[in-house]
Amino acid sequence: MTDYDALIIGGGHNGLICAAYLAKAGKKVAVFEAKDTLGGCASTREITPGFEVSGCAQWLHQLSPAIIKDLQLDLHGLKYAARDLPTVALGDNGSHITLDGDLVEGAGISTSDQVAYKHFHGKMLKYANLLRTAYEQRPPKLVESNWADRLTLIKLGLGMKRMGRDDMSDFMRLILINIFDLMKESFDNPLLQGAISLDAVLGTALGPRSPNTVFSYLHRQVGEVYGYKGVSQVAGGMGKIGQVLASSARKEGVDIRISARVNRINLEGSQISGITLEGGEKIFAPLVISNADPVTTFESLLGFDNMETGMARRVSQIRNNSGTAKLHLALKGLPGFTGLTNAQLGHRLLIAPDMNYIERAFNPIKYRQYSNAPALDISVASINDPDLSPPGSHVLSALVQYAPYAPEGGWEHHKQIFTDIVIDRISQYAPGIKDQILTSELCTPADLEKDYGMTGGQWHHGELSIDQVLMMRPFPGCSQYASAVDGLYLCGAGAHPGGGVMGLAGKNAATEVIKRGKQS
Amino acid sequence: MSELSNDTMLLETPFHSRIKELCGLNDWGNWSGYTTPNAYFDVELEYFALRSTTGVFDLSPMNKYRITGPDVEPYLNRLVTRDVSKIGINRVGYAIWCDDAGQLLDDGTLFRLSKNDYRLCAYRRATDWLQWCALGFDVNIVDETDEIAGLAVQGPTSCSTLTAMGLTDLEHLKPFGMKNYDFEGESLMVSRTGFTGDLGYEVWIAPEKAELLWDRLFAAGKQFLIKPIGSYALDIARIETGFLQAGVDFVSAEEVIRPGRSRSPFELGLAWLVDFNKPLFNGRKALLAERENGSRYRFALLDIDGNKPADHSFILKGGKQVGTVTSAVWCPTAKSNLAFAQFEMPHGAVGEKFVAEIYYQRELHWTRLLAPCTVIDRPVFNPARRRKTPAIAF
Repeated sequence: MTDYDALIIGGGHNGLICAAYLAKAGKKVAVFEAKDTLGGCASTREITPGFEVSGCAQWLHQLSPAIIKDLQLDLHGLKYAARDLPTVALGDNGSHITLDGDLVEGAGISTSDQVAYKHFHGKMLKYANLLRTAYEQRPPKLVESNWADRLTLIKLGLGMKRMGRDDMSDFMRLILINIFDLMKESFDNPLLQGAISLDAVLGTALGPRSPNTVFSYLHRQVGEVYGYKGVSQVAGGMGKIGQVLASSARKEGVDIRISARVNRINLEGSQISGITLEGGEKIFAPLVISNADPVTTFESLLGFDNMETGMARRVSQIRNNSGTAKLHLALKGLPGFTGLTNAQLGHRLLIAPDMNYIERAFNPIKYRQYSNAPALDISVASINDPDLSPPGSHVLSALVQYAPYAPEGGWEHHKQIFTDIVIDRISQYAPGIKDQILTSELCTPADLEKDYGMTGGQWHHGELSIDQVLMMRPFPGCSQYASAVDGLYLCGAGAHPGGGVMGLAGKNAATEVIKRGKQS
Repeated sequence: MSELSNDTMLLETPFHSRIKELCGLNDWGNWSGYTTPNAYFDVELEYFALRSTTGVFDLSPMNKYRITGPDVEPYLNRLVTRDVSKIGINRVGYAIWCDDAGQLLDDGTLFRLSKNDYRLCAYRRATDWLQWCALGFDVNIVDETDEIAGLAVQGPTSCSTLTAMGLTDLEHLKPFGMKNYDFEGESLMVSRTGFTGDLGYEVWIAPEKAELLWDRLFAAGKQFLIKPIGSYALDIARIETGFLQAGVDFVSAEEVIRPGRSRSPFELGLAWLVDFNKPLFNGRKALLAERENGSRYRFALLDIDGNKPADHSFILKGGKQVGTVTSAVWCPTAKSNLAFAQFEMPHGAVGEKFVAEIYYQRELHWTRLLAPCTVIDRPVFNPARRRKTPAIAF
């Protein structure tokens, strides 16, 4: 007896997208979300009555246009409070620079840096486009390849060849190196170097000098290929994405249950038989597709004792450290950032004055300590979306690099100190902000893990590094959404191509499930 | 090292003082880092002691792991391919274990000491793999290799010898059974197991009592013509009775460097040890696929014409190479020329005839022999006394 064709664990954006595509293909699907809201990391939360922030991800800059179109998200209410926002890299005493598409302007930017940035932006777009080719389908297997996989490899190879010899060899050179070296050879302006470096390390436990950070930068730039120029802000906060996707999925016939925490993935013999909810209710289906991260899925829900040793070993070795915390402030008035116009206040604001600043901010997390001078990606969302806070008041949220998952002695001894450090840092650029704070909230990686069910608080459900991407994501032998356990699939950021509110993991997983259904 | 030493770099087993006295040929080998005798006085006479009276072989270097805890049965059931729950208390089971790709890592014997208490005897060091396998299970794994000394006491008069040493009622111990005796205040564990395919026992004791055990055993066995035997003689016996040797007849998947050089249980004739009724064990999925799609290799026993051992021979069919020999010996008791061969599929079915390309040398004169050979369906040495309970007194 089965209740559904497929059960999806987790109503994050990828889970909902996967469910909607499966339902479109005629499958009977149910989604089970532990929380009472949908969207996962695309969340809106009230930090104090009347003040709402995007609780985890704060900008939309990668959501696949194909998904928006296929699932008719516009019809279901996806609206932007602002699109294509420039990035402002804050400098001392208001000497800021602004990155807007392929243009960079502002204090002290030389003409040669401007020209170099245009060139750099174009080149990165070309490389990111190559990644996009691979992102939009299941990752190829290198061995035992079939024709679909070979085609993906051929496309990748052709794509590289088509870039021309110089670009191709430069791509191969850059893909493994670090953003610090790339910035050194590309630009002179420290603010520009800092801004791009921060993009490369956000959400990771890597510093600008860490290998692999050019790759993580390119991953982010896939959004630019999709036509996002900079970042966009969703009206109603990122939680709206969850609502819109849920509405679309329900219209396709998906059953969605909230406040329904999955406790266990069940097996009958060696085949998936369904799930057990907290409270004991069992639901039966031949397929379980997990939007939860691979460690939660395989270790906590399935159990290491239900898989072969090699797989358990791989899962236990997934690198999923995060160095990112999130700060939320409710402000009683408009914050005054030195040298910014009111319109600019609604842009993406960075505190990353130079690369060594970021590197120094990074150093402590290696020793389970936090930065004394963290780097920040700030959104004053209520400028573009006044409904987020009562009239005249504002909300500010910031991604904070770097905070460890578990500092010595536990976060309870450190949280207030670190909150003060972050606020102090912001007040250097926005004097007077401290007096405007009604409420502050700091979400450490451990909090993000708890609130969003991501092991380690890692946004991508596993570090997005060369050793854990494509056919190695989340680990070799589990790379095409299906796992070695018959009937158990992954559809979250832990699967190819990773996170970033892109939605491709969910879409690709659905494609794979449908395709395998046809083959069997 | 502060000064030059004539000591061997290898470890000595707890029986070394006695073995050294008896090892007239002074022919030593390295077994897992221990110095062990290849031969004591004459390989063939040692072999015939094994087959006609009693041979004693020091197997202390075998790697021994004590595995205990509430999850030990599910743990072992995932580790090995057979169903461990079918091994009763005080029983021993031969077992093999694979990686996720269904490739053989090692074989060994599993001693069930009590409900949740097992000892695994493995040819290779296995700590790393056993620990990885503990992910998700509440088990405790202790390497007991140096804490237990062991002797194989094998041959027709082995039961009489051990009985004369004072082990009462031993004749009623069934094959793969085990029993504990008191030996000078220490527990002496005796199992009716071995690597010779004959009536025989393995005795296990704390290292402190090892020399005393050796002395008592040889005193009791004197009237039954007991002899120590080295690894060369044992090798003849194990081939004669069809036992695989790790590192010789297969390379552990953990040691293989080149792709395709490891082997699955099916490719080694060990399908009888794979129990697909178990929902989970390491390699199950890959082995199911192999059963569906076919194996790459087939293991076969070859009866070869003539008396020249086919060591390292190519096996030909119509002049084309279709297999190679992994172990070969002239079997003195069965009087047959036997070899283990690995065939490329589909070759090697029982009854199929081939030609073994054998090279041998007499006084620097090399001869190439093309010996006809046939795949046989069972080992050539398999006496009834091996299974008989009560054991027959000789």
